[in-house]
This record gives sequence, C-alpha cells and structure tokens, in this order.
Amino acid sequence: MNNMKEKYNHLIMHVVLIFYTLICLFPVYLLINNSFKKRRAIFKEPLSLPSEETFSLIGFTKMFSRVDFSIYFYNSTFVTLTTLFLVLLFGAMAAWALSEYKFKGNTMLGLYLAFGIMLPIKLGTVSILQLLSSMNLVNTLTGLVIVYTAQSLPLAIWILSEFMKQVNQELKEAARCDGVNEYQLFFYIILPLMRPPLATVAVFTMVPVWNDLWWPLVLAPTGGKQTVILGMQQYIGQYVTNWNAVFASLTTALIPILIFYMIFSRQLIRSITSGAVK
Amino acid sequence: MIFPLFDTIRISLYTQNLMGENMDNSSSVRAFIGLRNYYELFTNDNWSWHFWNALKNNTYFFLLHVSIQTPIGLLIAAFLSSKDLRFKHTYRTLIFLPAMMSIVIVGYLFNLILSNLWGIPQTILGVVGLEHIYQPWLGLKGPALITISLISIWQFVGIPMMLFYAALLNIPDEILDAAKIDGSGPMTTFWFVKFPLILPTVGLMVILTYVGNYNAFDLIFAMKSLYAGPEYSTDLMGTFFYRTFFGFQMQLGNPTMGATVASTTFGIILLGVLIYLFAFQQRVTRYQY
Repeated sequence: MNNMKEKYNHLIMHVVLIFYTLICLFPVYLLINNSFKKRRAIFKEPLSLPSEETFSLIGFTKMFSRVDFSIYFYNSTFVTLTTLFLVLLFGAMAAWALSEYKFKGNTMLGLYLAFGIMLPIKLGTVSILQLLSSMNLVNTLTGLVIVYTAQSLPLAIWILSEFMKQVNQELKEAARCDGVNEYQLFFYIILPLMRPPLATVAVFTMVPVWNDLWWPLVLAPTGGKQTVILGMQQYIGQYVTNWNAVFASLTTALIPILIFYMIFSRQLIRSITSGAVK
Repeated sequence: MIFPLFDTIRISLYTQNLMGENMDNSSSVRAFIGLRNYYELFTNDNWSWHFWNALKNNTYFFLLHVSIQTPIGLLIAAFLSSKDLRFKHTYRTLIFLPAMMSIVIVGYLFNLILSNLWGIPQTILGVVGLEHIYQPWLGLKGPALITISLISIWQFVGIPMMLFYAALLNIPDEILDAAKIDGSGPMTTFWFVKFPLILPTVGLMVILTYVGNYNAFDLIFAMKSLYAGPEYSTDLMGTFFYRTFFGFQMQLGNPTMGATVASTTFGIILLGVLIYLFAFQQRVTRYQY
C-alpha cells in the first residue's frame, strides 16, 4: 500500500520534472536545429530536424564570409584564460594569507572582500572608464583583463579561503618541522590539495567572463577587440533580417559554452551541492 | 575594486560642460555642484520621468522574479532531493543548462521565438487549442516587461534550484526519520521541518536576485536595444544608466549624470543588502547540525 503510494508520487514528480526539463531545452533545440536548415524550412517546419532536403550550412558560410569570428574567438579565449590565470594565482595566494596568517587588518580585509562579492563592480563604470582611458587602455584586451580580474577575485578568495581553513593543522606543522619554508609549503603542499576548489573557482570565473556583454561594450567596442558575445551582438544588429545568419551566429557563440558545460557539469554541480558556495 | 565605486560617487557631485565632450577629470571642465545632480535626477522633468519609470519597472522585474522563480526553484529542488528518484542527475544538469548561456544569446533567441514572422507560440498554443490568446507580447506596453521577466526567470531558475537542493541535502537523515516516526507526511515534513531549516538559503537567494536584478542590462539591451520599448516600458536602471552615460540618439552623453544614476543604483542595492544583513540574517534562526 505504502509502496504503491510512493510509486504514484514518483510518477507525478517525473512528469513535472520532464515537463520542466523540456521547457528548459526546447528553445535551445529550436536554435541549434534551425541553424542547420534552409531558409524555407526554418519557416515552414521549425520543429522538425533537418532532413537531407532541408539541411544547409548557408547561415554559417554567410556569417564567416562577412565577419572574421576567429578574431573574436581569439579575443574571448585570451581574455578568459588570462583572467583565469591571474585569478587563480592571486586568489590562491590571498586566500592562503587570509586563512593562515594572523596580521593586522585581516578581519577588515575579509569584510572588504565580502563587500566586493555583494556589490557589483558595474556600478563603478564611470570611474573605471575614466581611469582606463587615462591609461590608454580603452579598446585593448589588457583593460578587459584588469577589470575581470578585479571583478572575479573577491569570490575566488572567499571560496578558496573557506577550503584552506579546513586543511589539517598537523600537516602544516609537520611540513614546517621538516624544514619546508613557507613558499614551498604553499606551492608544493597546499596548492595540490586545493585542486577541487580551484576547479570550482575556475568555472565560476570563466563562465561569467566569457558570457559578459557589459565590459566589452563599454571598454572595447571597436577596433577588432570585440569578444565573441559583443561581436555576435554587433553582427546581429546589422543583419537582423537574415535568419540563417542570425541562427548560425547564435549557435556559434553558444557552442563553446555548451561543450564546456558538457565537460564540467559534473564538477560544477558537485561543487555547488557540496557546499563550496554557501 | 572599491575605489571606482567611491570615485563614481565623487564624480556624481560634479557637473560638466557637455560640449567639452571627453572624460577629462580636470577642474576646468568640471565644476563641483554638490547634490544638485541628485536633485535634478529626482525632480527635473528631463530626468525624473525616466528615473522613476526605470525604478518602477525594475522593482516590478524583481518582484516577479522573487514570486515566480523562488517557488519553482523550491519545487524542483524538493522533488530532486527525494530519495531514490531516478535520473535526478540528468534532470538537474539539464535544468541548470540555460543558466550557463550568455544572456545576450538568450535574448536574441527569444526575440526570434516570439517573433510574429516565425509563429512558434501560435503553433504551440494551437496544439492545446488556445491559439486566440496569442498576442505580440513583446510589442505591447503591459505584457512586454512581464514577458522579459519570464524569459529571465526561465534562464536562471537553475540557480535557486541548485542552492535549495544543496541546502536540502544537508539536512541530516535523523531529523527526517524522527519526523516520519512522529507520523508526519511528506507535505507536513516539507513545510514544518525542511522549509524552516533552509530558510537562510531562501533569504540568501532573494538578496542575490535583488542585486542581480537591479544590475540587469544585457537582456533588455539584446531584446529591446536602448529604446527599451515600447515607450520605455521595459527600461531598467541598467539601460537608463547606459543611455544617460553614453547618450543615445539626440541626447548627449553625460558622464557626471551617469555617475549620479550609478550611485543611486548603488544606494538602492546597498539598502537591500543592509536590510538583508540586519533585518533578516540577524533574526532568522539557524540550526546547527
């Protein structure tokens, strides 16, 4: 009797979850599906998969003939990876300092970082633009990297220091007794232990940077320094009536994130649910 | 990180000759005027209509998010956290997927889907026989903001789902077993045992949504450009700030007024965060397990 009821409950849950999953996936399906179809098929039968008759790559060829997306991909990749490197390096070092050493202003610095997580750096746009233009960093990738690093560091430091506090005290003392100096301790003992949280930080850093529109729009809107998202936005702004090209460019911009998510979803979800982000 | 925020507040206290159109910081170009920019923003007809309109829309945008996104997230998380439910990993991976996508892509995609030319909503509504309720939602003054809010909710429902799911998993089995032995059914257990335990997470989610919503820009920019049409009915603080700062069509960009708008948004967000920290976080009961 009880078992029957449970089965019934599970059935309802599955129905609701499947329904909601379909809602989540349907637009993505429409997008990718229709980017591989001929124009007529897009309008005539938007829901069906491309068949031999309707399959076409015309959108992609049109898009690549008009804009050099490879430059945008290079820009995005460069900005994302450089930011990631800087965030991991400085983030880990700062987190280690905050969690291991007692010094004046430690608590204040922690509060300051919490402030940085809560308040978006976007609100300082006026000042940042002025600052970067006085340093001639407008329309450069360096400018973007600086802003993104500043934006991502507070959360990175916070996550990492939560984990570094959990490192076994005896392990550290044992290493120190063996004559390991503080730099070796950090690079050879602590960092290898921090691999899972570093991966978490990597995901939380890379995805928003790759997806961002605001800073490229404000800081690097022209001069071949656009990121993929901004380049796509500008391209669609010009060719909004060509549906093939629009679908193709949206798919092109989406694919890297989809691949990234397919590879890292397990890691990402595990890190969220294990309480890395409280 | 914190310097730009305060420097922006400082810039908002100046005015500048708009013809000397550069980002120059020298005092010959800018003059100190105290709080007059704020006074203008709140009361002068040139600005105030747009400001109050954007603030009203943004508040509406936020309330829709909280009242729709949170319950859906909670429901899905509650389902996913039930034991020996099959395929739960697949569900949560797929439901979280839209949150990974760029807001710009989502915006353009829904512009196409809801476009009159393509007719996807008509087809779907036709299947259930509700074709007549279709309207060009994005083009109508009232429904446009609701539609855009729903799109944003669609995209980010995965985030509350994940946070609630994580919080629900952290509840120890002993408590749930005890509830079961005391004769508590699934619904009672959820509302009287689990929900109070994850209340801190719900509060956190609300404040995260608040901060995110008052910063929203990309979605409106992608779907509606800076017109924030129809008739500015989808204008949010972010788009209003961009128009003020960089100028748009006939209107010249005004950096100091832009700084004023940004500082006001900063104040609004700070107010929310403080309310959360002092009124909610201090009072809510936390259970250690």
